[in-house]
Amino acid sequence: MICAGLDVGSRTIVLAVLDGGVVDSVILEAGLNPLRRCQELLADKSYRRLVVTGYGRHLVAPAVDGEVASEIRAYAVGARHLYPDCRTVIDVGGQDSKVTLLSDGGEVHKFEMNDRCAAGTGKFLEVMSNTLEVDIGELGDLALSASKVVQVNSLCTVFAESEVVSLISRGEESSAIALALHEGIATRIVGMVRRIGPKERVVFAGGAALNSCLRQLLGKKLGVEVTVPRDPQIVGALGAALLARARKRRRHIPIQSI
Amino acid sequence: MTTDYRQMWADLGIDLERHDALLGALPPIYQKAYLSQRNRPIGMQFFDFVVGDIHGIRVQELRQHAMNGGKVVATYCVFVPEEIVLAADAIPVGLCAGTQFSVPIAEEILPRNTCALIKSSFGFKLGRICPYVQTSHLIVGETTCDGKKKMFEILAEYHPVHIMEVPNKKSQSSRDLWRGEVAAFKGVIEKLTGNEVTGEGLARATKLVNERRRALQRLYNTRQVRPVPISGKDALLVTQVSFYDDVARCVQQVNALCDEVEGRIAAGEGVFPADAPRILISGSPMAIPNWKLHHLLETAGAVVVCEESCTGTRAFSDLVAENGGTVQEQLRAIADRYMQIHCACFTPNDERLDDIVRLAREYQADGVVHYNLQFCHTYANEAVKVERALAEEGIPLLRIETDYSDEDAGQLRARVDAFLEMIRG
Repeated sequence: MICAGLDVGSRTIVLAVLDGGVVDSVILEAGLNPLRRCQELLADKSYRRLVVTGYGRHLVAPAVDGEVASEIRAYAVGARHLYPDCRTVIDVGGQDSKVTLLSDGGEVHKFEMNDRCAAGTGKFLEVMSNTLEVDIGELGDLALSASKVVQVNSLCTVFAESEVVSLISRGEESSAIALALHEGIATRIVGMVRRIGPKERVVFAGGAALNSCLRQLLGKKLGVEVTVPRDPQIVGALGAALLARARKRRRHIPIQSI
Repeated sequence: MTTDYRQMWADLGIDLERHDALLGALPPIYQKAYLSQRNRPIGMQFFDFVVGDIHGIRVQELRQHAMNGGKVVATYCVFVPEEIVLAADAIPVGLCAGTQFSVPIAEEILPRNTCALIKSSFGFKLGRICPYVQTSHLIVGETTCDGKKKMFEILAEYHPVHIMEVPNKKSQSSRDLWRGEVAAFKGVIEKLTGNEVTGEGLARATKLVNERRRALQRLYNTRQVRPVPISGKDALLVTQVSFYDDVARCVQQVNALCDEVEGRIAAGEGVFPADAPRILISGSPMAIPNWKLHHLLETAGAVVVCEESCTGTRAFSDLVAENGGTVQEQLRAIADRYMQIHCACFTPNDERLDDIVRLAREYQADGVVHYNLQFCHTYANEAVKVERALAEEGIPLLRIETDYSDEDAGQLRARVDAFLEMIRG
């Protein structure tokens, strides 16, 4: 049976279609009207069952005849499918960072989310890349090229931006500033990981996992190997599609049986 | 009727324009959160009426009392002993501090990084939009939190304020300090009212307030049953209203509601499916009209079965001993009862941890949601110990930190959905 998972995030919309394996996947910007964008995206897709996850799930699901699942569960299912020995999932998305501890059997055992502000999220990196006038896709590499250490003390997106502006006007290299920003966000995420008492294997997913510097810093600070899936943005949609496939049989499916 | 109220509000110095906006904002919220609920007990109609008439008849009653020479004493906290106020023929009224509406007004003076409850209460006075504040002759504050403590100093520039010092430890010397505060409060109230607080007066008031505590406990007991016969939102509203309604009337209404709800239990009727996840909420108070977390949980498929908070069990859990005796003996019994409130202002406060575990069992809770008003440092830090205590018992916990605004609804929903999925397995 062909099943689909739709991850409606604050920044991106991701679709994964399963027929045995992943047969189709799409990543779009969420834009200003995510519902319409989802409807357009699904218009020419065929599938039997759909599960919607992500920030916009309650908005979108009723309009596209889908069921809902929280992104915590969807990422857990997706990460576990890719790595059956995964016990910890770090998901840094557009406006949330989440850390989830899975039980031996793969059930969500505990989770932590960032506070309500953008500190420590993909949005933070996006704002900072604009300030540093570098493409978001190159921000991580820029930071890794730093030859000097500077300090950014604030993780508040607004305050950090003004700190960055004053560092720029002091003549600091943009690479050093970028590194400082990544240090800050990595420390914040590591704090959340420590709170749940992480177990290996640690899987890092979500859009921010595309960032090379963040990947490296998380591994270094945690002192463990951090696994990044080949396509980290798709993990939530994949998990949702897997849940769609499993829900055909009964309502609450233990993750291990998927 | 409404025109009469307008004149009354004007006489009380209310900022009518702002007040109209406040009263205009409430009905749609109430419709969405309350009136849309299915299968509500008929006994809730009284409480619907109270909310619908929130600044009407009750204010008029207080004002009438004041016109007859009586006094109205406003409070924010379950530590202020109502018995003493009632014994002097004054009327105690719990002020609400639960809306975002008055927060921006307060932020003209108070720091933004202050808990919403503090800002909301201050904004009501500063903006002149609460007829209860305006009717009152005295606001009684306390020292349960540093933010409130300092806010009261500024509030005193606008309204007569008396502060009761709530100690921070549960030692004998702290108990002595608190007994002294309670005795001094008697003097303050006698001076305000010109009435002597007598042994008979205290005994009568103690009996009355205990009646309300028993009625609320009776209501909460019905929530221990599965399926639960009353929604968490409705039960929370009853507790919230009990802070400012006439005590005797409140007792009567709550008991009438209990009769009905107990009938539902006998018939096996519930307001939610029997398998709906049962949630105990613990933490910061939810002053009226703060229904945010209950609404979120109960529209996500869960049911709130108990609140371990000042707008929950802490408001009514223990009774004052009704042994009568001298004024001194009765004041001591009153003081000792209030010292049993396990507020996070105490260190250590391990009794609260025991309460949470006990209540989770008594109310058959599937999980606990720790509710923390943002910038409420005592509860935020105590949550670390709550988390440990519950982990030891194998009870799932979700920690929520929020304020009165709606801007984090999506993020909260993500946490709540994931938590409920986790509980359901």
